[in-house]
Amino acid sequence: MPKRSLLLQGNEAVSEGAIAAGVRLFSGYPITPATEIAEYMAQRMPEVGGTFLQMEDEIAGITAALGASCGGVKAMTASSGPGLDLKAESIGYAVCAEIPCLIVNVQRTGPSVGSVTPSQQDVMQAKWGPHSDNLVITLSPASIKECFWLAIRGVNLSEKYRVPVILLSDSFLAHMTERIELPDPEEIPIVTRPRPTVPPGKYRTYDADINGVPPLANVGDGYSIRLVGNMHNKAGDYSRNPRDFDFLIHRLHNKILTNLQDVQTYEEVDIDGADYVIVAYGIVSRAAKAAIRLAKEQGMKVGLFRPITIWPFPHARVMEIGKRIKGFLVAEMNLGQIIGEVERATRREVPVVGLNRVDGLQINPYDILAKLKEMM
Amino acid sequence: MAPIIPHAEIREKYFFTDILPTPWCPGCGNGSMGHALLQAIHRIGWDPKKIVLISGIGCNGYLTRYLRFDDLHALHGRTPAMATGLKMARPDLKVIAIQGDGDAAAIGGNHLIHAARRNIGITTIISNNYTYGRTGGQYGPTTPKGGISTTSPYGLEEPPFDLCNLMVAAGANFVARGTAYHVLQLIDLFERALTHPGFTFIEVITQCPTSYGRKNPGKGMSGPEMLLWQKKNAVPVEKAAGMTEESLRGKIVTGIFIDRNRPEYNTEYEKIRQRAQKGTGREERN
Repeated sequence: MPKRSLLLQGNEAVSEGAIAAGVRLFSGYPITPATEIAEYMAQRMPEVGGTFLQMEDEIAGITAALGASCGGVKAMTASSGPGLDLKAESIGYAVCAEIPCLIVNVQRTGPSVGSVTPSQQDVMQAKWGPHSDNLVITLSPASIKECFWLAIRGVNLSEKYRVPVILLSDSFLAHMTERIELPDPEEIPIVTRPRPTVPPGKYRTYDADINGVPPLANVGDGYSIRLVGNMHNKAGDYSRNPRDFDFLIHRLHNKILTNLQDVQTYEEVDIDGADYVIVAYGIVSRAAKAAIRLAKEQGMKVGLFRPITIWPFPHARVMEIGKRIKGFLVAEMNLGQIIGEVERATRREVPVVGLNRVDGLQINPYDILAKLKEMM
Repeated sequence: MAPIIPHAEIREKYFFTDILPTPWCPGCGNGSMGHALLQAIHRIGWDPKKIVLISGIGCNGYLTRYLRFDDLHALHGRTPAMATGLKMARPDLKVIAIQGDGDAAAIGGNHLIHAARRNIGITTIISNNYTYGRTGGQYGPTTPKGGISTTSPYGLEEPPFDLCNLMVAAGANFVARGTAYHVLQLIDLFERALTHPGFTFIEVITQCPTSYGRKNPGKGMSGPEMLLWQKKNAVPVEKAAGMTEESLRGKIVTGIFIDRNRPEYNTEYEKIRQRAQKGTGREERN
């Protein structure tokens, strides 16, 4: 039987990916350019026996998803930058209470209301949106196919590590149409949160070692679970003990940072023997690939490093690459956000140049090529 | 009136006794509210495993920490939204949201009115002590006019919300108000609210001698004095219907404000699921 081949927009592919990963509750609030996800889910969720909720605001959009997740139902929300501002509070809560949830940010341009054209201006927001020390996993798709597969991966990582995962799309990808071959259900990896291995009387909601992910019982299973955003001990009681604070904040980071091999993915093109390497992610990496072809035709040795996992950023790999090349060109649709991470990784031992664009239009291959020539 | 269970029995069955006492001040009304809730739950006979308490931020939020139910300690004001998501995902659970007046009527006011409008099948309990007790006694959206607080040192000029009438207007199925003094009535109100389908709402007037009573009115009131104040000023809603606004000033209107059966949202959404799964849902509607 031939596989189901479809023409999908990015927003639709994200939705189908989430459904394939087992998401059965979507809650959100209308916002351009993410609205199609809500519209698509309004139709699809009841079809698959799930729930679509259009909430009263962005805050409720994510909070209702977290409520569902506590009940053991995989849940997601989607929005754009202005909505992510409002969701920041609940993202921090999900980090602290360790409630799995997928959050899609279809990035748009400019501060405040801005405009609905594409950008990559929310990369740092994904990392530093909520107050305090937080670590969420952030993924950056570059194609419609990847919108689908990274939605699945996002849900799976979220479950595995009990952490909210942000999928950073943009309004270019969201509304771009490409062909995608949908896999058979058995080809889709499904990960479910770690489950309690002790009887209900012995269960503690946050029982894990300093690098661990505590098992999560569902509400209603008789485990007396306590999910809290306060500083807490292993039982989920609020704590005023500095040792508990220290342990918890470290553990929330360690559980991801000690599993970087699992969490971090990236794509490399023509890195070996390259004189210069372009660092680009999301939609910009498509232009970078075209630029590499153009550069090759002109005899230049140029490679591409594309982080697919944006946070935690693959510093170690960038550092390794940096030791062998003459310079990095970081192309991004913002005034320079990931470039700081590249400089950090290379400790400024190699030249790092930025190519930035914030007019809501795509960085094109010729811009990249011209910048490469400037560097040489 | 149904029998009252001995205090010790409630304590043993429902509390994590090893972490008692609670951090509440002497004279606080939240204990009476919590006890009445447990009496009602016990009377109904629900399986404790299927009860989920979702609390907000504020002194009242401490209650859920000590009880042997699943406990989701939500963000400030977000309780109704979290409860909505959970109830839609898990209609088999009994979801009870516990909030303070600031949590429910100020920072989370939007979530509260929309939960009532949807008529989602949860019970929301508000501990209204007229103040932000947890942060030391600032005025809130239910503080009576003239109230003295740390942020209204000259007396409050804002008028307060009437939460029960707000909930009636928003569409809740069952709305009632009780006080920490009238515990027997409160148990009955809880029992009715918990077993009534749709969104049900109980506002409990609780005394906060530490942060509010100390300064109001005049030289202030102790916990017991505040309870006696509740006793003296409670007016049944039926009687209040015939009284003027002037004569109701400073009174607490108690009892059942509305008792109706609008369709519960989860039940209605299940019909959408069934239509969608037949694949004809949207056309049929047209």
